[in-house]
Amino acid sequence: MTTTVTTPGGTAGPRAARPAPSAPALLRARRWLGRNALRIYGALAFAYLFTPIAYITVFSFNDGGRSNLVWRGFTLKNWANPCGAPEVCSAVGNSLKIGITATFIATVLGTMVAFALGRHRFRGRTATNLVLFLPMATPEVVLAASLLTLFLQLAPIGIQLGVTTIVIAHVMFCLSFVVVTVKARIAGLDPRLEQAAADLYATEWQAFRRITLPLVAPGIAGGALLAFSLSFDDFIITNFVSGNVNTFPKFVYVSAQRGIPAQAYVIGAFMFFLALTIVLVADIVRRRRAPK
Amino acid sequence: MAIASVAHTGPAAPPPAPAGRSRSLTPYLLLLPGIAWLTIFFVVPIVTLFGTSLQVPAEGGETGVFVQAFRFANYVDAVTEYWAQFSRSFVYAGIATVLALAIGYPLAYMIAFKAGKLRNLLLVLVVAPFFASFILRTIAWRQILADEGFVVSSLKWLHVIPQTATVTASAVAVVAGITYNFLPFMTLPLYASLERIDPRLLEAGSDLYGNGFTVFRKVTFPLSLPGVVAGTLLTFIPAAGDYVNAALLGRQPGTAMIGNVVESRFFRIVDYPTAASLSFVLMAAILVLVFLYIRKAGTEELV
Repeated sequence: MTTTVTTPGGTAGPRAARPAPSAPALLRARRWLGRNALRIYGALAFAYLFTPIAYITVFSFNDGGRSNLVWRGFTLKNWANPCGAPEVCSAVGNSLKIGITATFIATVLGTMVAFALGRHRFRGRTATNLVLFLPMATPEVVLAASLLTLFLQLAPIGIQLGVTTIVIAHVMFCLSFVVVTVKARIAGLDPRLEQAAADLYATEWQAFRRITLPLVAPGIAGGALLAFSLSFDDFIITNFVSGNVNTFPKFVYVSAQRGIPAQAYVIGAFMFFLALTIVLVADIVRRRRAPK
Repeated sequence: MAIASVAHTGPAAPPPAPAGRSRSLTPYLLLLPGIAWLTIFFVVPIVTLFGTSLQVPAEGGETGVFVQAFRFANYVDAVTEYWAQFSRSFVYAGIATVLALAIGYPLAYMIAFKAGKLRNLLLVLVVAPFFASFILRTIAWRQILADEGFVVSSLKWLHVIPQTATVTASAVAVVAGITYNFLPFMTLPLYASLERIDPRLLEAGSDLYGNGFTVFRKVTFPLSLPGVVAGTLLTFIPAAGDYVNAALLGRQPGTAMIGNVVESRFFRIVDYPTAASLSFVLMAAILVLVFLYIRKAGTEELV
């Protein structure tokens, strides 16, 4: 592609300045800048995106005591003993438990809905799409407030705020994201593959088990990963419907008043690098398997 | 990824279903559990939210006990009392959305057209910050932007900002935090729509006009509009309802947004009807804005 497209970020070099053999250094620098402005911009933008991550990672090694606000020297003890600060690990444990349960339910239900939408004709498609779209278009605080009013009204029949209500809420807001992810994968499938299976006398169920499901699996895995990260990281809705149960984001938010222990930074940095590794390894595996 | 695909899951693409299956029960059975879950825990709560918003305090005067009524004046009271926080929410969210668009567009453009083989990697890196806790990242910004911190003192030393400026607990910090936190929501749909542009169109454009800026203005930008609309909505909606940035980066009540009021009305003051009416108004206002915006921007590709 040889187009010279200028973008708001780019300052394309003046056209008149064609490369002359003895172009002054300043002009050459300017031309280089013009050609690479967008790349430089990209590097700056990524630096911006990763600034807080760098901060979190650096301060996870801080020997900073309880509040971890000023740099007091390098230590590995936070990483060696992430449960060293009270409540950190029980909060993370709750978050994992809730995240896994909510992800499992949302992935199963969402995949079923995605198959109905992607593979079947039925009445009420528009209404279904609307019910799926609205939770994504509603601010979290509204979802949180409305669920809380429901749970408060159900309190007399024994519904208490806690792990169950958190899981209910998480499944609710993760479901649509799973549907969207899986549906995109189903839409990208070649329908001829299933027809081929049918031509080879596979029953509908066999074709689904052996052909469709394995092909959709990456979409389901992507939806599940997304659901888990949404659930694990959710604060606003969780804060409203959790009662006394502590989760990791809630723990960090509450400790923000008196200072967050370095162990919380360890958890944050660890989750970041773990997720990055998973995504990158999955990408490498996918590329290796892809036909050359 | 999913966020990007929100942008371009077309309007209910007709499924390639064999005619024989069309009258079967299968789709309904597949839909039932998921849609039931959303009905019970999304639709019904919206109804109870509306019900709560019309309640009045119980006769005995005990805190936290309300009885069902139809006091629509709750809405008038709530909106009049918290007009400042409402407008602040929309102003902060609006500025943050514009900033995110200004930062995200060139970034998405760079990834779509200049990244070459690094494209997938860079796309992963755009969402990667999400994996480090949202609250922790916001706290990190609070420390980074602290008045005594490195960034603010350098800017003062360079005389970019006045010596007396404070960033800690200011509106600037809140808007900066919102911009940062929702930037990936802007960048992904922008990328998705830029990536689908046929490079030959750009070449044709430059063959006809020559000028890079004209090609951008007449070809690239109009073709990326669905991404601009999707990105703007995906940034603005969560930003308008956010209260974490205002709570952690701002100061109360000076930078309080409507989310902060809802939160404190529920948990500190225990005034459910006011909290519920504020939530309901926020939802309605956002739905109206979204509707108007989509009509004006003229994209049908959203739902």
